[in-house]
Amino acid sequence: MRTGNPLSFFFGNLSLFASKTGAHLGLSVVAIGLAILLAIPLGVWLGHLHRGSFLAISVSNIGRALPSLAVISIGIGIIGIGFWNVVVALIILAGPVILTNAYVAVDEVDPDAVQAARAMGMTPFQVLRRIELPLALPLIFAGVRTATVYVVATATLATFAGGGGLGDIVVNEPTYGTGGVIAGSLWIIVLIFAIDGLFALAQHRLTPTPLRRPGRRARAAATRATGWETG
Amino acid sequence: MSLALPVLPLAAGGPVIPHFGGASNCVVQNHQFCGSWFTQNFNTVFGPRIVQHIELTAIAVGVGMAIAFTAAIFAYRQSWFETPFSLFSAFLYGIPAIALFELLVQITGINRLTAEIGLVSYTLLILFRNMLTGLRGVPAATIEAARAMGFTSRQTLVRVELPLALPAIMAGIRIATVTTISLATVAAYIGAGGLGEPIFDAIQSGFKTEFIASGGLAIALAILADVLLVMLQRAITPWSRRRLQT
Repeated sequence: MRTGNPLSFFFGNLSLFASKTGAHLGLSVVAIGLAILLAIPLGVWLGHLHRGSFLAISVSNIGRALPSLAVISIGIGIIGIGFWNVVVALIILAGPVILTNAYVAVDEVDPDAVQAARAMGMTPFQVLRRIELPLALPLIFAGVRTATVYVVATATLATFAGGGGLGDIVVNEPTYGTGGVIAGSLWIIVLIFAIDGLFALAQHRLTPTPLRRPGRRARAAATRATGWETG
Repeated sequence: MSLALPVLPLAAGGPVIPHFGGASNCVVQNHQFCGSWFTQNFNTVFGPRIVQHIELTAIAVGVGMAIAFTAAIFAYRQSWFETPFSLFSAFLYGIPAIALFELLVQITGINRLTAEIGLVSYTLLILFRNMLTGLRGVPAATIEAARAMGFTSRQTLVRVELPLALPAIMAGIRIATVTTISLATVAAYIGAGGLGEPIFDAIQSGFKTEFIASGGLAIALAILADVLLVMLQRAITPWSRRRLQT
């Protein structure tokens, strides 16, 4: 249906928006899920050993420098068009910030707390599981939040690689008209700010009250180290 | 074995392979990467786009600096201004590029001006925050010493506060530049030119070499700019050994 009015287009095509939003979020969830599985264990492990800071931090500098459309373009050239090309591109783009945050989070856990735990006879694995991870959790989560917002925004480009999602509406003026393009653009903006808001809320809930201030300090440290806004 | 072209036509009915002169076997069969096509067409297809891409980026970062630095100095003097400008620029920064460009096109049309407006709006948050953080980080004692030596507040700003804030400002310029190079590829969608243009051409034709070459060049440009700005940052602020970002 073609109509010039974005609002009437939106309410006249709710099922279209529902299915495209579903595809968009499905793509984002797969990419973020895989990025978490790859990046968090590596980042936490390096942070626990306090090793590889150069790798863990410069990887996110490179990640930030990569133009998203260029990564998707190379992906089309190598993998071809479709869902998985976009997933791979999104993992390459979002993985580094998760890795760096996980590294900084564990690396910067108060050394006194770690020493106290060791003095109590905890094994390195117990120190990791019962001291470092709980203290690092808010900052690790901050990285996931940044990456998620970035992935949902970038997934709009998936349409150029045949990956579907809301980009299908935004770049298809011949089919959906000006109203559709505007409605699609505004809907993506609403979606992204809603997701960021939800993650902010979850991050606040996840952080135990006594940790809320140091968490902020550690987050600032991560931002300083990487240049990424971590919310 | 079929001799049919192993290409997925993305655009309805379009010709699949672009013909730049006598197409080689590699181009006709759309192999992974045709090096000879790339070198033969570098000067016509990629060279001008690289120059355009640099122009787009330089203009956007330049205008962004003018706006963000004025706002930052104002917010440094009048602290109430910080929150509204931060919220405004953070809102702009959060919008996906293609959505922002599509919305701006409705107002200013498909042209380079629209692209530049979009690109400038993405630089504001980073430049503003870094400059303000840099200025706020100047030790109060240093400012007092300058004033005690008879500097006016303007002299203090230009000769003491801004030079001391330089590492943070440079870090902001670096991040803003790299971000703009990235977003400028998307701006080709609304007719801005640059390295995004051959990417969109390749989406129409399905030509693999063009996908890989233009993507690779855009990445190389971003990384090169990052490295050059780090070197510049170190050269002009030799006193700050540690990296300072936001």
